[in-house]
Amino acid sequence: MSRFALETRGLHKTFGGLTVAANINFGLEPGARRALIGPNGAGKTTFVNMLTGRLAPSSGRILLGGEDVTGLAQEARVKRGLGRTFQINTLFRDMSVLDNVALGVAERLGIAGRMWRAASAYREVRDEAMELLARLGLADDAGVRVLDLPYGKQRLVEILIALGLKPKVLLLDEPAAGVPSLESERILEVLDALPSDIAILIIEHDMDVVFRFAKRITVLVQGEVLCEGTPTEIAADRRVHEVYLGERPHG
Amino acid sequence: MTGTTAAAIGYAGAARLRWIELAPWVLAAAIYFFAPTYLPLGSYVLIMILFALSLDLILGYGGIVTLGHSAYFGFGAYVAGVFAIRLTGDPLLGLAVAAIAAGLLGLATGAVILRTHGLALLMLTLAITSILLEVANKWTTVTGGTDGLHSVPIQPILGMFRFDMFGKTAFLYCLIVVAACWWLVRTIVHSPFGVALAGTRENDVRMHAIGAPVYRRRLAAYTISTSLAGTAGALLTQTTQFAGLSVLGVELSGEILVMLVLGGVRRIYGAFVGPGVYIVAKDYLAKQTPEYWYLGIGILLILIVMFARGGILGLLDRAFAQLKRARA
Repeated sequence: MSRFALETRGLHKTFGGLTVAANINFGLEPGARRALIGPNGAGKTTFVNMLTGRLAPSSGRILLGGEDVTGLAQEARVKRGLGRTFQINTLFRDMSVLDNVALGVAERLGIAGRMWRAASAYREVRDEAMELLARLGLADDAGVRVLDLPYGKQRLVEILIALGLKPKVLLLDEPAAGVPSLESERILEVLDALPSDIAILIIEHDMDVVFRFAKRITVLVQGEVLCEGTPTEIAADRRVHEVYLGERPHG
Repeated sequence: MTGTTAAAIGYAGAARLRWIELAPWVLAAAIYFFAPTYLPLGSYVLIMILFALSLDLILGYGGIVTLGHSAYFGFGAYVAGVFAIRLTGDPLLGLAVAAIAAGLLGLATGAVILRTHGLALLMLTLAITSILLEVANKWTTVTGGTDGLHSVPIQPILGMFRFDMFGKTAFLYCLIVVAACWWLVRTIVHSPFGVALAGTRENDVRMHAIGAPVYRRRLAAYTISTSLAGTAGALLTQTTQFAGLSVLGVELSGEILVMLVLGGVRRIYGAFVGPGVYIVAKDYLAKQTPEYWYLGIGILLILIVMFARGGILGLLDRAFAQLKRARA
C-alpha cells in the first residue's frame, strides 16, 4: 500500500523524438497542498493529462490510492476519486449553472444514466448541487446560463463541477488564469477553504498564488523534476532562479 | 438557453406536461373528423414526424450530426415489407421486428462510427445509407430491386381493425404509434440520461472529466434513435403496402434534416412543425406550380436559415417574448 494518494513511478512520455516527460517520480500525500511549477513548455499539462488518463504514458506507472490506474480510462479514474479543473473554462456552455454542477453530482451518485423519470424528480442531485453553489455564494446564479456569468464566477463553477465529484485527489490547472487580480482574491479564498482531506495539486504560473496556497512545491523543467521542497526552500534554490532567469514568471 | 422548451429540461426543470404540448394531437383529431380526404397525407406527415423526432434525439440533443439517418428508416421499411411477405402480415409483430432490427443495425453501425467525430462521422453516416441503398438495389430476390416490394400483405390490427381504403385505420394506427414514441422521447430528454446526453453535446471533454461513459451514452441514444427511425419506416411500408428505393439514400436523409431544421432543432415539437409545414407546403406548391415547387421550398429554407436560426418555433418564441415585453 502506497502512502501516497497519487503517485507516479518512472512516468515517461515521448512524442516522436521529443521527450516531454522524463522518468517522473512523484508522490502526493493525502491532504497535500502541492504546487507544480515550471517555465512554459516544461511539460506540466502533459503530466496532468497523463494523470487524468487523457494521454497514455510511453512507460511508467500511475497509482491512485495505491492502485495501479495506468491502463484505466478517464472515467474509471474519476470513479476512484480523481477530479480535475481546466486552465481554459471547460463548461457546459449552453446549460444553467445548476445543471453544470448537477451533471457531475449525478454521475457520482450513479443516476446519470437513468431514463424513465425526469431529472428534476431527483431532488438529492439538485439539493447537493445547490448546496455547493451556496457554499461559494453562487446560489442566486443557479438558473443563469453559465456563459452569461462574469468570467470570475465561471472560474468558480469550473472548480465546483470538480468538487461535486467529491474527489480524494484534485488537480487544479491554473484556477485563477485570466481572472483580474481583484477577483483572483476570491478564488484564493475558495481554494483556502477546500476540504482539508482532499489532496490538491495546483498547476500555476502566478507565484503569489503558488506561495500563498502551496505547502510544498515541485519544479518541472523540460519534462524532468528539477527539485521539490517547501516554498522557502524553492524560493532560495539557485537552480530554480536560473531556470526562471530571463523568463520571469508572469501572472 | 433558447425558449421555454429548453428551460424545462434539466435538474431544475418542470417536466410537467403543458397544455400547448397537446396541440399536435388535437390538430390530428380535428383532421380525422373534419378533413377525412387528407388522412393519407396526414399519415405520411405523422410518419415523417416520427422520423424527424428520432433525428432530433441524436442531432438536436446529442449533437451527433448525421446525413445517414435514412439508412435506419429504410431498413425498417424493408424489414417490415419482407417480414410481411415471407412470414406474417401481422402489423404489430412486423412493427416490433422492424424496430428491433433497425435498433440492432444502429447499435452495430453506431459502435463503429461513434468512435469518430465531426466530418469523419458525417462521411461515415453517408456511407452507411449509400451502402444500404446499393444492397436494396442489387439484392433483387429479397428487395425487389428498383421495383421495390409491391402489395405487401397487411392483416387487420389485432385481427380486428382492417386497413380501409380511406386510410382511417392507417391514420389512427400511425397516430397511436407516433404518440407512444413521442412520449418515449419526451421522457428520455427530460431524464438524467437526457441531461447527460446534452452534456456530451455541450462539452464532451468535461463529460469525460466528470467520469461519464460518453461513448456508451452516445451509443445508447443512437440505438434508441435508429430504432425509432426504423419504426417510422415500417409504418410507411405498412400503411402504403409498398417499400421502394426512395426510403434509402442521402436524399431522404437530407430531406428529413431540412424538415427538422425548418421546425426547430432540439425542441421535440420542431419535429412536429417542420414535417407538417414542409409536406403541406410541398403538396400545395406541387399542385400550384408542378414545375417549380422545389424553388418555393428552397426559398422557405433560405429564409429560415438566414432569419430564424431556431426554425419556425424559434421564430414563434421570439414573437411571444416580444409580445410579453410590449405588454409589460
